[in-house]
Amino acid sequence: MKSLVGLWEKNKMDDKEKKQDSLYVKLIPYFEKYGILLLLVIMILVMHILQPDVFLSWRNVTNVFKQISWQSMLALGVFMVIVTAGIDLSVGSIMMLSLMILAIVAKAGAPWFVVVLVPLFAGFLCGLINGLGITLLRMPHPFIMTLGTLYIFRGTGNLISGGTPISGFTDEVRYLGHGRIDLTWLGLEKSQYLPVSLVLIAVVYFVFWVFLNHSRTGKWIYAIGGNPSAARASGINVNKILIIVYSLCGFLSGIGALILAGRTDSGYPNAGLQSELDAIAACIIGGASFFGGRGTVLGVFAGVMIMGILRNGLNLMDVSSFWQQVLIGSIIVLAVYVDVLRRDFGTRK
Amino acid sequence: MTSTNKLLLEAKGITKYFGTITALENVNLKVHEGECLGVVGDNGAGKSTLMKVLSGLYKPSAGALFFEGKEHVLDSPKDSQNLGLEMVYQDLALAGNLPIGENIFLGREPTKNIGFLKFLDFKKIQEMTSAHLEKLKINVKSADQKVEELSGGQRQAVAIARSTAFNAKVVIMDEPTAALAIKEVGKVLDLINKLKSTGVGVIVISHRMDDIFTVCDRVMALFQGTNFAESQLDKTSRDEVIGWIMGKK
Repeated sequence: MKSLVGLWEKNKMDDKEKKQDSLYVKLIPYFEKYGILLLLVIMILVMHILQPDVFLSWRNVTNVFKQISWQSMLALGVFMVIVTAGIDLSVGSIMMLSLMILAIVAKAGAPWFVVVLVPLFAGFLCGLINGLGITLLRMPHPFIMTLGTLYIFRGTGNLISGGTPISGFTDEVRYLGHGRIDLTWLGLEKSQYLPVSLVLIAVVYFVFWVFLNHSRTGKWIYAIGGNPSAARASGINVNKILIIVYSLCGFLSGIGALILAGRTDSGYPNAGLQSELDAIAACIIGGASFFGGRGTVLGVFAGVMIMGILRNGLNLMDVSSFWQQVLIGSIIVLAVYVDVLRRDFGTRK
Repeated sequence: MTSTNKLLLEAKGITKYFGTITALENVNLKVHEGECLGVVGDNGAGKSTLMKVLSGLYKPSAGALFFEGKEHVLDSPKDSQNLGLEMVYQDLALAGNLPIGENIFLGREPTKNIGFLKFLDFKKIQEMTSAHLEKLKINVKSADQKVEELSGGQRQAVAIARSTAFNAKVVIMDEPTAALAIKEVGKVLDLINKLKSTGVGVIVISHRMDDIFTVCDRVMALFQGTNFAESQLDKTSRDEVIGWIMGKK
């Protein structure tokens, strides 16, 4: 009897080994890494075929980047949080509150470098409040803490501004969101400029890519998402890392506020309304797993781009924004289904 | 082989309360160099609590820990690690999304400086991992393989490798062969014997008499949070040890 069980176990193992070595399974890691980029390229090609004159024009491409500039900051922050198997619902409200503080400080006549630094600091503090609440108050899930601060921060933003828009900033303050880098020295036309916000996206994403993949703290963020008790048993101060992650997420929302201030030249009560959902959607489409520990900075960027291109392309084709909602929702479900399949095939059970 | 070797770890009078519940009461334990101590007991006998006290995860309500003759107060697992005391947890305490090497060095990654910034030294992690796995004769395809792609036995081997990567003197293993396929149990037990031969003191908590009688030199039984019985392995039998677990002498 015992030997029979042994034999059965052995057969089961062999079957697993075979499955492990099949070509299909071997392809999964590559698909996981670059599949989302493939989807992005396909989308660009389809849009180009549908709108050959407009879509890939200089004007439209820079437009897409300007439109996604502040969302890309929120998405990057939320991504780090999702890697720890958490969630931050308050990024839209953090951005709005930081924007309102920026507007008030600017109207009070503070010098431009103060106005520029204030939203970053405010965003960082808001994120710190989230992080401290989740760890010190021992909230059962970050969802609850950040749902609370979603209301608290937006309410505070409305209280300090009286709920009315505050407009008119100096060029220095607007530089990151509205600035243009002239490329006429390359022999290009005056209209073919590089938006400063595009350069900012590239720099911020690169810095955070290095942080997440090449620093110990970054590695620990992934470890916490993979197995928090393993991280704790390894002597990692999990609470400290979580506080850092939520603070950085708030800081990035603060950068988002600065970009938005530049783009709109105004602090307004509805800024970033529901943008936390867009940010989460971009992460999920980009391959970040809600179970934590999985996803790449490049993937998030692709997720933000896919949403941006979808909106832009459908606008160009005069498709109703209602259809945009249906399509983005469908892509989210599809992306997560791919994640489910990957978990089925990719890991041993 | 036991009493002549150097005493590594000694726990004296360990007591631990959780509110009104007494998990451990006046428990003593000793491990020597190159010795394997088996700890047995029924569910709730206090085995896991005792191990968590030894690793610094729980603070004892009373009692003292001596490491190489000196008393130490452990505030966190980091403290026990610094002393050379490592724990291999039942749930393996590995992050499945990270590669083998990064798991082995998790929390203690080697870094290199570029300017004033510290970056992970992936090359060093890979080299040290390969050398360490080689030393313990653990076979995996590569140090870059993610842990979630490994079998249960390979994961257990990685967890043990992780515990010994930093010159551990005492390794505590909580149910090292639970949840393993039959053909993998032997490999893990071989690994434990290999550790003993390098002078490491090993504490194995296990329900399986086969494990205890394959690798241990001495066995002690906990019953309802107290020391119940203890013996050199060659002076006892499976039936007697099973009796201890059920509270019969």
